[in-house]
Amino acid sequence: MTLVAPTPAMAATLTTLIASRRRAGLLAIAGLALACLLLTIVAIGQGAIPIAPGRVAEILMARLTGDASLLEGRDILVVLNIRLPRVLLGLLVGAGLAVSGALMQGLFRNPLADPGLVGVSSGAGLAAAATIVLGDRFLAGTMMKLPFAALPFGAFCGGLITTLALYLIATRGGRTSVATMLLAGVALGAMAGALTGLLSFVSDDRQLRDLTFWSLGSLGGASWTKLSVVAPIILPLLLTMPLLARGLNGLMLGEAEAYHLGIPVQRIKALAILLVALAVGASVASAGMVGFVGIVVPHLIRLSVGPDHRLLLPLSALGGAMLLVGADIVARLIVVPAELPIGIVTATIGAPFFLWLLLRRTSLIDV
Amino acid sequence: MSEANPILSCHGVSCLTGGRRLVADASLELAGGSTTILIGPNGAGKSTLLKLLTGEIKPAGGEIRIAGEPLAAIPAWRLACLRSVMAQHARLAFPFSVYEVASLGVDGIGRALTRQRREAIVAESLTAAGVIDLAGRRYQTLSGGEQQRVQFARVLCQLEAGRSIAGRQVLFLDEPIASLDLCHQLALLDMARSIAARDVAVLIVLHDLNLAVTYADHLVVMDQGNIIAQGPPAKTLDDALLRQVFKVDLTLSRAPAPGLPFLLPQQHRGRPAA
Repeated sequence: MTLVAPTPAMAATLTTLIASRRRAGLLAIAGLALACLLLTIVAIGQGAIPIAPGRVAEILMARLTGDASLLEGRDILVVLNIRLPRVLLGLLVGAGLAVSGALMQGLFRNPLADPGLVGVSSGAGLAAAATIVLGDRFLAGTMMKLPFAALPFGAFCGGLITTLALYLIATRGGRTSVATMLLAGVALGAMAGALTGLLSFVSDDRQLRDLTFWSLGSLGGASWTKLSVVAPIILPLLLTMPLLARGLNGLMLGEAEAYHLGIPVQRIKALAILLVALAVGASVASAGMVGFVGIVVPHLIRLSVGPDHRLLLPLSALGGAMLLVGADIVARLIVVPAELPIGIVTATIGAPFFLWLLLRRTSLIDV
Repeated sequence: MSEANPILSCHGVSCLTGGRRLVADASLELAGGSTTILIGPNGAGKSTLLKLLTGEIKPAGGEIRIAGEPLAAIPAWRLACLRSVMAQHARLAFPFSVYEVASLGVDGIGRALTRQRREAIVAESLTAAGVIDLAGRRYQTLSGGEQQRVQFARVLCQLEAGRSIAGRQVLFLDEPIASLDLCHQLALLDMARSIAARDVAVLIVLHDLNLAVTYADHLVVMDQGNIIAQGPPAKTLDDALLRQVFKVDLTLSRAPAPGLPFLLPQQHRGRPAA
């Protein structure tokens, strides 16, 4: 039984509209996925020993198909043991940060939310700084055995503790107040920043140098071991995106309305917060403080295909991965043979972009 | 009106916040095919009662049943099939298109439907709410009244999608015509009644007494958290109630044909404030 049938002309217009939107979405996903693949191959070729993209593709194909006859020569070692883990780490961290940003913005119903803004990154950063500065003194034995695991684990704990503290402060009687959470996040971020400052004040010269380089961000320390620690922490976030997208769309109307639509609001919020804490903790631990990816990428995607999370989340993952790998190419090439910290590159692109967003915010966000 | 078998029934429901009784001992029944209109002065507890009936807040006491089941025992997604709610203000954080906003109504509970069916539901609902020509526009660029009609379309989508799962449904509208011009006020209320005619129980919160009397099968009057009176509009509303509840000293007149009461606020002009 029809409610009120639309006129045939109107129905046709609407069908065209829906079809063109769907086509645009699929095209964007396919296009970005292809671009991401090409950028990956180009990125692997860049560095002190340049390798042609064709040769990179050849090596990767040979590795995938297990064709050992092609696997000899110096460039193979460079590609498989040095460049590939570095680029994969960049893809993973970039995707994780961008999706975390998109999730936070959806969760807070605030287009300016970002893991950096609500203190999750700062909390993870504080814990990582504590591991660098205090680790030598108190954990000397453990650090010797597990040097690669202590920093990610510390940062992850810091991110999770900050997120849980935020959640506990902002939740009363089973409901989370978004405004309280944002404000508490700013306060917790400032506190973590102050404590990190104190740590750098008491650290010795070597630690200070470690701390500075790490706080500016770098993909330099990438290895297969590091990747095997980071990947299982970030991948759950990327794999759960389709589950969260519909719920986040409903949340855009407000929590009460989302509940009316039948969305398990509290469960979606708890899951999103946990996944973001995991992903941000792992990102901060493995690549340092890389800012602005979480805010720039989702905004660009919203501008081009709209705010539907079913498109926004996967496209943000692809866009974030590309941004970080692209920034890493710049960081590696601009001051050869040295390397620029990647955080400097993303902040140089990100900060002016963010200001530009604020200037045109009326058309974009309407708050 | 099938009083014997209501879709929603609530008995002795109350709600306390910070020691203040927002709703006290409220009992009412919503029957399929009937339009119930809830009126009362500001702060009477109308929206709170609505939140209790939709399951958004838990009552401090009393019992609410939808389709025979206790409200508290129904999981959120099935509740979404049983009832659809249009709240007072709905603001969007991001620039969704009108079509996307309306689709939110079918995206969740309409997952089992075919894509063609879902798209047809959205098209019909947009037409019913008179906003199909705005389908491609951004929600934020619309006027307040247009936004309200888009929300109405979304609510209709949800109701229609839920129909395939739940036979007996309730539609809640909280001041749905607050930002609409007269033409669209009447169109929306007509549409609400034609939905009621499909055996849906409709509950509307309204402020315009003349429209309330015109469109209600069953009128419920609230004041200070209590249900003061309920029944057919012609019998429920009288001069004494107007004075007691709405604090206006006006005389009701009777419209010629159906004999419904109506109110001319002109009587009030020039009188000293009470």
